[in-house]
Parts: sequence; C-alpha cells; structure tokens
Amino acid sequence: MARLAMAVTALRGRIRWSRGVVLLIAGTYFLLPMVCSVVFSIDVPGQGVTFDAYTGILGADGFLDSLTLTLELAAATVVSVLLLLVPALITVRLTAPRLRWVIEVVCSLPLVVPAIALVAGIGTVLRWGPDHLADTPLYDTFIAIQDPDFPVVLVLAYTLMALPLAYRTLDGGLAAIDLKVLVEAARACGANWPRAVLQVVLPNLRGALLNTAFLTLALVLGEYTVAAILGYRPFAVWIVGIGGSQAEMSVAVSVIGLLVTWVLLLALATAGRPRSARTKTTAETS
Amino acid sequence: MTMTFDQPKTRTENQTRTGATVEFRGLQRSFGNVRALAGLNLTVGRGELVALLGPSGCGKTTALRVVAGFEQPDAGEVLVDGQDITRVPAHRRDAGMVFQSYSLFPHLSALDNVAFGLRMRGVGRAERRARAGELLDLVGLPDQADRYPHQLSGGQQQRIALARALALRPRVLLLDEPLSALDARVRLSLRDEIRRLQQELGITTLFVTHDQEEALSLADRVAVMNAGRLEQCAPPAQLYARPATAFVAEFVGVMSRIPARADGATVHVLGRTLPIDGDPAHGDVDVLLRPESIEVVAAADGSAQVLGAAFLGAITRLSVRSAAGTTVKVDVPSPAATTLPVGSHVELALPDRPVLVAPRKEQARA
Repeated sequence: MARLAMAVTALRGRIRWSRGVVLLIAGTYFLLPMVCSVVFSIDVPGQGVTFDAYTGILGADGFLDSLTLTLELAAATVVSVLLLLVPALITVRLTAPRLRWVIEVVCSLPLVVPAIALVAGIGTVLRWGPDHLADTPLYDTFIAIQDPDFPVVLVLAYTLMALPLAYRTLDGGLAAIDLKVLVEAARACGANWPRAVLQVVLPNLRGALLNTAFLTLALVLGEYTVAAILGYRPFAVWIVGIGGSQAEMSVAVSVIGLLVTWVLLLALATAGRPRSARTKTTAETS
Repeated sequence: MTMTFDQPKTRTENQTRTGATVEFRGLQRSFGNVRALAGLNLTVGRGELVALLGPSGCGKTTALRVVAGFEQPDAGEVLVDGQDITRVPAHRRDAGMVFQSYSLFPHLSALDNVAFGLRMRGVGRAERRARAGELLDLVGLPDQADRYPHQLSGGQQQRIALARALALRPRVLLLDEPLSALDARVRLSLRDEIRRLQQELGITTLFVTHDQEEALSLADRVAVMNAGRLEQCAPPAQLYARPATAFVAEFVGVMSRIPARADGATVHVLGRTLPIDGDPAHGDVDVLLRPESIEVVAAADGSAQVLGAAFLGAITRLSVRSAAGTTVKVDVPSPAATTLPVGSHVELALPDRPVLVAPRKEQARA
C-alpha cells in the first residue's frame, strides 16, 4: 500500500515535471516575442526607458480616425454576417435539412478564394461598373459604397471573408441545441415564429453568437490586403503606414492591440458562459 | 400536491373552459413514399383520455402533430369542438404539448419555463409568476422554481414540461410519449400523476405511446393504429377481451394461435368443440388464446411439451409446444409451475367458453 502511494507520488511528480516543460516551451513561444516588442517599444537607444511611444499614440496623426473606421466596419460586418447567416441556418435546419451542404459549400468558398484574388475582382468591378451604368441609378450606388468615410464595399468584402468562420461557429451552436423541439415547444406555448426565434433560439445560441462576433471582429481588426489595395485607411493599414516612419510607435500600437483583443476575448468568454452556470451557486444556496 | 387547480384568484379569463372534443376526419399525410396517415377517423370526447397505440411508423405521432399544428395533412381535417382548425397556425391553437425528448428551454429557470406561455399572451409579470408557482405546486415541484433544466432530473423536467403545457389552460393536452425517456420507477409514478391531473382538470387528452401497458392502464379508450389507419378504438377491457381485428388481438397483450377447424358457429380445437366468439367462420382457422385462458396439466404421455418458463411474480409464463407444432404461451400460478419443469410433457385444455378465431396464418413451426 505504502509502495503504491509512493509510486503514485513519483508518477504525479513526473507528470508535473513534464507539464512544466510543455508550459515553458509554449510560454516562451507566445511570450518572448511580446516581451521583445514591449522592450523594443520602451527602450529607445540613447534615451533609456521611455513611454513616449505609448503616450504619443493618442496624438498620432490618423490614429483615432483609422481606429474609429475599423470599429465601425467591424460592427457593420458583425451585424451583416449575423443577419445573413442566422436566419438562413435556422431555416435550412428546420425546413430543408438536406440543403445544408449547399450552405456549407457556399460559406466555405471564401476559404479557397485568396483575399488578393477577391480584391482584384472587386477592383475590376468597381472600375468597370460606373462606365457601363453611367445612365442608371446604380451609378450612384457604386459611388456611395466607395465613400471613404464609410466604405460599404469593405463591409461586403469582410462579410464574405468572415463567412467560413461564422458558419462553423453558428452551425456548431445550432447542432448543440435541439432546435426543432425548442421551436415547437415555443410554438405550442403560443409564440409565433419571430418570437420563438428571438426569445428561445437566440438566447440558447448566445455562446455561438458571441464567438461569431468575436472572430469577425478579430478578422476585421487585422485585415490589411483588401483595405490597402482598395485604397482605404483602417487601423491595420495605418499601423503599417506609421511602421515606416515611427517604428517604436507601430510596435506599441500592436502591443496595445494585442492586449485589447485579449481583454475582449476574456469578456466574451465570461459573457458566453450560460447564465444558468453563473447563477448556479445562488440557486443552490436559496 | 393536492390543491385544486380550478380555483386560483388570478383566474381572469376562460372561467368556464373545459375540455374540447377532437375529431379526425379522413386524415391523410405522406412523407415521400411513406404513408404516415392513410385516412384516419377518430373522435375523442370531452375530457376523455385517449391513448394512440401502435407500432413505430403507424402514424400515431403524426396524428398528434397534426392536432398541434406542426404537420399539415394532405387531405382531411381536424375539428376541435366542431371547428376545423386545419389552417390555424400552431401558436394560435388551444393545445398544450409535452414532447418525448426533454424540451424545456435551457436558458430559463423552471418557473420561467412554466410562465413562458403566459408571457407570450402578455400576462403581467407578477400574475404569471404567481400562476406558474401554482402550476409547480400542482406537479409537486414547488421548491424547484429557481432551478435550470440541466439541474433537474429527467422526471422533474417532464413534470415541468407538463406544468408548462397546462399553463395556458389548453382545451386539449397532447402527450407525445412523455414517459419513454424515463426510467421504470419514475415512469410509473408520473403516469399516475398525469392521470390524476387529467381527471382533476377534465382536460381532453391525446396520449401517444408504443407501450401497451401504459396505454391500457392510463386511458379511457385506447385507439390502436396500424399503417396510418385506426384498427380499433375501445376501452382497455374491451380491447383486451374483444379485439376487433387479428392485428389488435396480437398487438395488445399476448395472444397464442392454435390451428383448428371451424364449422359455422363452432370450432374444433384440442379435441373439443367450442362456440365462436364473433362472426361465424368455416374451414381452417386459428383460435386466438390469451395465456390466462389456457389450462395446462402435467401428463407423462401428453402430446405437448414445456419449452421454457419465465417467472413473472405471482404467475409463471410457460412456453408450450402444442401437438400441432405451434408455440403457445400459458400462464400458471408460480407455485404450480414447479410441477411443470422445462422439458416435461403436458396436456393443454381450454375452459368451456366462446373463443376468438382468425384466418389461418402460416407460422414457423417451433
């Protein structure tokens, strides 16, 4: 018995030790570049440690404009992705489950079309469109979606690019609930279709919806190719732009960007936990 | 637990509402090549509990879903209190439903689940909470109000689903195999509970099940369905004693066949001549016999032989190979079964009572 206990302790010690190694490797891989970035951004040769790069960000030319534009684009993209996919996926699952593969194929297409090919196509259409449509109301549409203050064309492109990620997350969320029974139970309780979806299905998809929103947000925050080639200046393009002139500041912005993303992820992870789990302790003590 | 449900102070509407009649008329529904309903006709009386019983794929669940509004019939109509509701959308129908799978809304507490229907009807928060509380009392779970579905056992979840279905005071209650996901003990207690509530509230109830014991013990009448049609709808005792068709006879309870020769109003079986119960028959027939209506006596030179025995408590059910080669199930009191070990030779005998006959069916000789 005692020998068994000793063996168990030794085994556990070995497991802990191997865990430590894995943690060390992973930690080094993730943290070392970040530490180097931070050091680079605060340790300026000849000046010693200074936080000028960070304090200067807010005052930097174009920082607020590009960040605002990116956040607006992200919000619009999240909304359009959800409005496009959620009703489509629910409808297909409830009324024509055999058509699921169609949606899956369509949503996966952007994966095989590289961003550079996508933007080449969009650029061609944008140049070609106005010439052919000069006499129609569509001409104004073409001009409107390219408004530099809020380029709708970027939202369209980002929506397309976010489809594969959004589809996987939402489909996973829908597969985890018994959609048909939930909707039927809601309808038997006197809820019409919109209310059944809004008050029963969506609350139970909360985790999937938040994850979709987060992935889309991350995609838009980091997207460079399409925006740069079409000539717009959201956050990622701006960072690359100042990288050429102010190296420390571009790294400082990246570090902050990373931290913000991390905080967002934590916030979503907390919000995505089902309410029942969070109130469990109160329910048990009451 | 025993409070009555009809007297709460919060009642504002539907004071006189009781169960409605439900009538199926020539209901047809096909899924691709499969005919789930092939002209179903059935009338359920006010406050009656009718069990729809049949093998899987017989259309019983489809019939229920047509009443709920989740399926549209290809032809025929459903009448509730004489009004055709075939075109009424599901959420405007006056029917509560309990599903086979656990169907509580996972994001709502037990109380909010029960109150959901009232919320859809625009009932105020205080009133609907009070009423949902009464319903939780009614199903015996007043202390589980704040629990979420994943914190409840299967039986508790189905009780709450029942409370939720009753919250809108529906005129028709639809139960789609609500007990089949539960373990045996819980199933029995919830079965009694459903019956008690149904009688207390006088609510017309359709209960779909493939479990004949459940149907026979619970229902006022049992409707046996086969291949989308109604075979027979009768009170349990009548269904058991006087099955209208050979399908009913063999689906409900245990029925053994013994080859015989019919001669008009009588039939010759096991060396006796017995009157036929039902229409006269001629020629080769099978006599249909319940295990409890056959007698078996030990006889060293008997032409029948005991093949097996299953102990069922007070009785033991013997499988006996008859002289004609068919296997017959016979119930004997368990103490008597010790004198009839497996392999022993016996003699089968029938009491002097009218018997049911069916056209001869070739079966595998045991």
